[in-house]
Amino acid sequence: MLLTERERLHDELAELVTRYGRDRSSLLFILQEVQRRHYHISQYAMQVIADLLDIHPVEVHSVVSFYSFLDERPQGQFVIRLCRTITCDMAGKDHVARQLENDLGIKFGETTPDGKFSLDWANCLGMCDRGPALLVNQQVHTQVTPEKVHGILQECRQTFGVHATSDGRETRT
Amino acid sequence: MTFGEIEPGAGLKSALARPPADVLARIDASGLRGRGGAGFPTSLKWELAQKSKGDKKYVICNADEGEPGTFKDRVILGDFADMVFEGMTIAAVAIGARHGIVYLRAEYTYLRGHLEAVLQRRRENNLLGENICGREGFDFDIEVHMGAGSYVCGEETALIESLEGQRGEPRNRPPFPIDTGYLGNPTTVNNVETFAWAVCILAKGADWFKRLGTEKSTGHKLFSVSGDCRRPGVYDLPLGITVAELLAEVGGEDAKAVQVGGAAGQCIPRRDFQRGIAYEDIPTGGSIIVFGPGRDMLRVAKNFLEFFIDESCGQCTPCREGAPRLLEGIEMLHRGDCSMTYLDELCSLGETMQLASKCGLGQTAPSTFLSVVQNFRDEILGRTGGN
Repeated sequence: MLLTERERLHDELAELVTRYGRDRSSLLFILQEVQRRHYHISQYAMQVIADLLDIHPVEVHSVVSFYSFLDERPQGQFVIRLCRTITCDMAGKDHVARQLENDLGIKFGETTPDGKFSLDWANCLGMCDRGPALLVNQQVHTQVTPEKVHGILQECRQTFGVHATSDGRETRT
Repeated sequence: MTFGEIEPGAGLKSALARPPADVLARIDASGLRGRGGAGFPTSLKWELAQKSKGDKKYVICNADEGEPGTFKDRVILGDFADMVFEGMTIAAVAIGARHGIVYLRAEYTYLRGHLEAVLQRRRENNLLGENICGREGFDFDIEVHMGAGSYVCGEETALIESLEGQRGEPRNRPPFPIDTGYLGNPTTVNNVETFAWAVCILAKGADWFKRLGTEKSTGHKLFSVSGDCRRPGVYDLPLGITVAELLAEVGGEDAKAVQVGGAAGQCIPRRDFQRGIAYEDIPTGGSIIVFGPGRDMLRVAKNFLEFFIDESCGQCTPCREGAPRLLEGIEMLHRGDCSMTYLDELCSLGETMQLASKCGLGQTAPSTFLSVVQNFRDEILGRTGGN
């Protein structure tokens, strides 16, 4: 990482720590914000946050590695999480999964080379009466079929760049 | 839904019109028990928090609805958010708290804007903030904290750990949150639905609530129904209803089994459909998953075990090591090379997990495995070349 980038990240993190407070109970807020802005929480960011909160870096790492919405490796701008739990499974999530892999050219757990899309599994999304369900960042899509996959991806492609401001309303289909 | 029939603000008005002890007495008389599934008496929890020494007390709303097959809290937060906040305010009256926190699961981030807007409106209407409803010295406010993707954080001590910026690992109990909760302060953690019912009880009275349900499980409950039925969705039904009656309601009469209580619950075979859904018989947080005649029960058990393995926090051995062994057993059954002796060993391991795991996750992880093995032997034994 360039020195200037490091400095910029350091300043940004210091600003976040000031905003949320120099307490251990602010850690999750800070990490969630870093994840949202940078699509992951780098080793360097963890080190800086630990310094600022006066805790050991391994404490920060232990939290990042625990939660499934926090990532150590860079995720795509659009993270697609397909529900794999029982009712979505019964409703045919395997076919949706296959089509997502086909259309994105990646497997689950991977990110497209252009850094736009990541594909991941989710445990129960709470949309069991309208499965299969998936999340695109915060936005929910329900009753997804293999045929609908292309449209969902196109919708993302048309909004490149506005990720940070999307408020992700629930889509009812 | 019953919640729609309650006049907004009536519950809080009733709570403010009486001393805190009367609020507790009214909840106590109703027999309300925790709607998250564990069924702990709500009045007792509040009373203990109220009696606990500490000048900073917290009311926490558990909106970490992660149990597979449960989505009623999503619907309540979407349609009746005001009522949930009103219920939290009533709890604050009862225990003497000034701080409220909603712990919302990361998967429901899209609800956050709506919740913040409702909170802001309540502040503007003097239903939150300082001197609420003109009562001198009654200050209470609520903030929304986001989860970050973890099922076990639905367990109240893990939830508190998460709020404190830690890994969501359940604590040893005692001490209980009612005296040593968030940041060491007395804390009551209740489910979204529990708060909404508390409002109804304050507004309509304990007898109104008790008119339905059974002696030990009073009142209605919201059920999240999904799976092989014609009318999936959220249902408002009295506790004590039999599985068969519920299936008739939702259009799933031909089911061969029903999962009551989600992955942590029980798999009820057809011959037990006359049993009642209530804390004293088949307890549930409201998750009902219907399995039609064609479903492979081994696949169901496999899905749940994979879920638990993924969500186990890993701190205690029975859960961390036990669940993968059970999953291996399922795969052996699939392939058709599991002996009865080994299956008995696995069942014994499952029982050990139920006894020796630290929290509810590990204690309930083997339950579906055990019920499928017990109830569907003909279906799972002696398979030939399963995939």
